[in-house]
Amino acid sequence: MAQSKPQNVFAPWNDPQEKPLIRFQNVTKRFGTFTAIDNLTLDIYRREFFALLGPSGCGKTTMMRMLAGFETPTEGTILIDGVDVGPIPPNKRAVNMMFQSYALFPHLTVEDNIAFGLRRDKTDRSSIADRVSEMLRLTRLEKFAKRKPHQISGGQRQRVALARSLAKAPKLLLLDEPLGALDRKLREQTQFELMDIQEKTGTTFVIVTHDQEEAMTVASRVAVMDHGKVIQVDTPAGIYETPNSVYVADFIGDVNIIRGKAHPADGGLIRIHYAEGAEPILATPTQPVAAGQDVAFAIRPEKIVVAWEPDHSRANHARGKIIDIAYLGNISTYHLELPSGQKVSAQMTNARRLARRDFTWDDEVWLSWSDTAGVVLQD
Amino acid sequence: MNRRLTWFNATSLTLGFAFLYLPMLILIIFSFNESKLVTVWAGFSPKWYGELLRNEQFLDAAWVTLKVAALSSTLATVLGTMAAYVLVRAGRFPGRTLFSGMIYAPLVMPEVITGLSLLLLFIAIGLDRGVFTIVLAHTTFAMCYVSVVVSSRLMTFDRSLEEAALDLGCTPFEAFRLVTLPIITPAVISGWLLAFTLSLDDLVIASFASGPSSTTLPIKIFSAVRLGVSPEINALSTIMIGIVAVGVITASLVSKRAIQRQRREEVEGVRA
Repeated sequence: MAQSKPQNVFAPWNDPQEKPLIRFQNVTKRFGTFTAIDNLTLDIYRREFFALLGPSGCGKTTMMRMLAGFETPTEGTILIDGVDVGPIPPNKRAVNMMFQSYALFPHLTVEDNIAFGLRRDKTDRSSIADRVSEMLRLTRLEKFAKRKPHQISGGQRQRVALARSLAKAPKLLLLDEPLGALDRKLREQTQFELMDIQEKTGTTFVIVTHDQEEAMTVASRVAVMDHGKVIQVDTPAGIYETPNSVYVADFIGDVNIIRGKAHPADGGLIRIHYAEGAEPILATPTQPVAAGQDVAFAIRPEKIVVAWEPDHSRANHARGKIIDIAYLGNISTYHLELPSGQKVSAQMTNARRLARRDFTWDDEVWLSWSDTAGVVLQD
Repeated sequence: MNRRLTWFNATSLTLGFAFLYLPMLILIIFSFNESKLVTVWAGFSPKWYGELLRNEQFLDAAWVTLKVAALSSTLATVLGTMAAYVLVRAGRFPGRTLFSGMIYAPLVMPEVITGLSLLLLFIAIGLDRGVFTIVLAHTTFAMCYVSVVVSSRLMTFDRSLEEAALDLGCTPFEAFRLVTLPIITPAVISGWLLAFTLSLDDLVIASFASGPSSTTLPIKIFSAVRLGVSPEINALSTIMIGIVAVGVITASLVSKRAIQRQRREEVEGVRA
């Protein structure tokens, strides 16, 4: 098979012809005086693996519960497949949910847990049995079919919960912090399993998580939320490399934020004056910036090179003093202080096993980065 | 910590238990008394138990008591479970505090008052007093005990289990029948047993609610004792002590086992 890059990348959100599976139209949800969701509009497309990401209390779980039918919007409408689902109760929706606590029925075996939803549909016995064994195979649980939930491990329970919610072949599967209870190794492994299963079944997945790494790994698109609003919706790479606000830049990964005033430079570039006497930062804005406007320059630590000498292939240089070094094995993070007092962190990959890492505390070094390494943000 | 039984602890334990159980012990011993005189020991004999079996009046009363206990505890369990479910699940509806207070009020209400008010009600609506009225009266006061037992179990019940059932296509009633009820069954059973034993030994309320045609065992015993204690009564009381003891012990074992299993599952869950 040719290993060429596929021409049709999965990106239905860029196709104006594509109809969304889920449409939030000006949805507001209030609990008493507390506004959990604030006039939110969002489209999610078929076969997407969509992540709702945000700190606890940002409204992501409320959105999911509205999709499942456990909450109804105070204002606005939610359309699934073009149908307003407001008046439809949870048991009449072609939507299934995988609960954070898994919510496995403790009095039923693994098999019966998976068959539970199918039996409600009055499907005939043999097709239920077929579907259950198919689900057991998909989640590799054949050996545990006759066990009760308390007789299997946490990872296996997580797979039972997934199998149970997928058994009815829902249009939409909701996953509420599905991997929160698993340890790190198992979580990473399960993330790939989830992606694999999502691809095999072609179901649309919406996952709620506060773990940005998890959202980045599994999702086709990520919605970063805060205080009931969606701040940015984009692909993981888009969110990481072109955040639209300081909040998003700061929420996803590590970032250095340098605030200053912008002044136009040649070729559409700007110079950001951030401290008295310091060389201004040359940066490429994504939107036009007025002269003298306050901007925030966001640059990821790995985009900054630390060396004894300035790197003249890059546009920006600054002197820095090493305050702290964190050696993490694969990478080292340097915490540096610029002459202006600004704190900056930079990351270098430890590509060689025995290379001398000869920077040490209080060393005076040079930081270099290109004019496109950071993002210019206006609040 | 020193866990040994000191002489002080041993004494207080003995005194306490003697206080609680000596009267019953004496009653049980004298139920095997050969003599017709209750206070004079004349050798061992189970003959009063035989006499008891030939006493039609006592047997009738025993049958009424069992019927009443079975019916009223079943009714009380259904109503009490429903009340507990609403109290724990329905969230903060207006009047919730009042409602829960009113469910638990019969727990502290003097039985005489409960009995009297029921009697007035039965007279007011022209209900002939008999087995049916005793069942109603016992249901009324046993229901709050059941709802206390069941609601304490429902408090620790993971709500998302019901949501999962709804999500998988259950109607709210199916979710209750297929998921909630099987899981809280131990609490419901111990509530039923509690209601059963309460009904079995109730004298005060039953004496208000009973009619001439229907006498429960405690009423029978009470009226018989007024004419003088007979060894037959001792034998009967011994049997009742036995039934109540078995009921209470079973109820506590059922709920204890359920709690232990739940804890074990949690521990295993954490370990897994």
